[in-house]
Amino acid sequence: MNKLSFRSMKGRKALSPFLNYAIVIAAFLAVQLALKMDMVSNSMQSLLVPVCCYVVMAISLNLTVGVLGELSLGHGGFMSLGAFSGIIVSVALKNLVPLSPLRLAISLAVGALFGAAGGVIIGVPVLRLRGDYLAIVTLAFGEIIKNVMQVLYIGVDEHGLHMSTKEAGLLLSETGTAIVKGPMGAVGVTKLATFTAGFLLILLTLLIVQNLVHSRAGRAIQALRDNRIAAESVGISPTKYKLIAFVISAALAGAAGALYGLNYSSTLASKFDFNTSILILVFVVLGGLGSIRGSIVAATVLTILPELLRNFDVKEYRMLIYAVILIVVMLVTNNPTLWSWIARFQRRKAEEKGGAEQ
Amino acid sequence: MKYTPREPVKLVPVPSTNKIPERDIDKSPILECRHLGIDFGGLAAVKDFNMAIGRTEIAGLIGPNGAGKTTVFNLLTKVYQPTRGTILLDGMDTNTMTTVQVNKAGIARTFQNIRLFNNLTVEDNVKLGLHNQVRYGLWSGIFRLPTYWKAEKQARERAMELLSIFDMGYLAHFKAGSLPYGAQRRLEIVRALATNPSLLLLDEPAAGMNPSETAELMDTIVKIRDTFGIAILLIEHDMNLVMGICEGIAVLNFGQIIAKGTPEEIKNDPVVIEAYLGKKKKEA
Repeated sequence: MNKLSFRSMKGRKALSPFLNYAIVIAAFLAVQLALKMDMVSNSMQSLLVPVCCYVVMAISLNLTVGVLGELSLGHGGFMSLGAFSGIIVSVALKNLVPLSPLRLAISLAVGALFGAAGGVIIGVPVLRLRGDYLAIVTLAFGEIIKNVMQVLYIGVDEHGLHMSTKEAGLLLSETGTAIVKGPMGAVGVTKLATFTAGFLLILLTLLIVQNLVHSRAGRAIQALRDNRIAAESVGISPTKYKLIAFVISAALAGAAGALYGLNYSSTLASKFDFNTSILILVFVVLGGLGSIRGSIVAATVLTILPELLRNFDVKEYRMLIYAVILIVVMLVTNNPTLWSWIARFQRRKAEEKGGAEQ
Repeated sequence: MKYTPREPVKLVPVPSTNKIPERDIDKSPILECRHLGIDFGGLAAVKDFNMAIGRTEIAGLIGPNGAGKTTVFNLLTKVYQPTRGTILLDGMDTNTMTTVQVNKAGIARTFQNIRLFNNLTVEDNVKLGLHNQVRYGLWSGIFRLPTYWKAEKQARERAMELLSIFDMGYLAHFKAGSLPYGAQRRLEIVRALATNPSLLLLDEPAAGMNPSETAELMDTIVKIRDTFGIAILLIEHDMNLVMGICEGIAVLNFGQIIAKGTPEEIKNDPVVIEAYLGKKKKEA
């Protein structure tokens, strides 16, 4: 290989994180423009914040699955933790912090904190083990969070937070409000989430994940994925770096959950079930393990696609088409013959270009 | 063969029954194994392994396949916990240490079946070797604080410097998994060296290399010892390499040391010839 293609290879790699920011910013501006020109339907507008949430979820899960190489099947559980803690904080601080963007930011931070706490509780015992234990435990964790939230009643009054497993057990004063009502979920939530907030959360997520991956800790995390024994032999502590990746992933999921919860006036615990966790895993796998850009695109397209198909006259076959598209993309992106063909084509093009310059 | 042996080193016996080059004799050995042993089930894979390695010695561990050579490496690096015996690294008992701690204490190794971080670049592989010398926190990495830029720049310079030992600087941006076999072996040595060890364990460094590559490798191993002033223990089946650069050799068979000494002594030891080296054709 000649020197020219070397430099371009390095250049493309160094550029890639910035391209992701550029794509997200461009998409944001395009949507804002479309909104101004009234080109976005109501159903699409209602999807803007969820898309942001799912993009953040996909990027954060990619950190666990693609970068760390551990399978997590309970990412929805961290989302749930973040959603309910974020909702509770936003309601509880209603009078204390009247400025809604600030209240939203605090709620997201608390959601992230609770997500991270969940990550630590799961990660500390499980990440010490070798094998697929994380998948099993996170699967159980997601179900446990869902079931716990379905029996929990949480309310707030001037004395502070009240928690009970029965509605009557809340013992709220007259001015108090019940925020989470067991199987009815969180109700009476002021919608604080905005598309701009979602956009900023995506940028923050990109900043954290991309910079992490290209730093000392990120290298160690990837080394553990590639070869744990070799990583240990050069003095990299497996538990420490696995935990760092997993907790950051859980914290980002918590923040995304908080944003998601604050986008609706009521939120059910059953929203964050096994299917949601799998859906996010589908985004990650479809976008490509370890590919941040892939996660962004896959999460966006697969969230919008079912709504988009609603517009056409294919209502009954909507989910069928969705499934077919999933299968086709999987087949195409994992097709070695196709990729070697593309690589050959690119090489030939590069050679022609190189020849022309010499 | 291009390699010309340096003047022979006079070996002096020490209490641990092994021999150490004379220049190292005033100093304590970098590694001392006493009655080291491990059982797998009922099988004693290594038993009563005694060895001492001088501070700047190049030592060899040879023996037939399945003799337990790699097991010894795994014991030294705590991939396996020894059933019996003691490992003293620079006089410090490594009994309670983990693989990570042993590396921080100064043992680095390469692997018989290459274990690189295949999806990372060559430069990143070396930087991972430098992991515990690159000093900046998680947050300065995420928010790109000045300490990040400074430490990363130093790490990059150091990585390129280390890669230049094998003239591999031009490969820095290739993925480690895409390198040819010989280059992968050399990269493993560079990565191990990057951890700043006082003892380097090389598991069959010349495996799969042709004679001229092997001769080059011999020069490099000696060069590494001379520049870094470290001890090297290597497992190798290539007798030209072992006899050419090792100052002390231990022969392992069925988990036990059957002979120790200088290359000359080992070459002429009837037990070793019987168990491993084999007789020359005209004598047979």
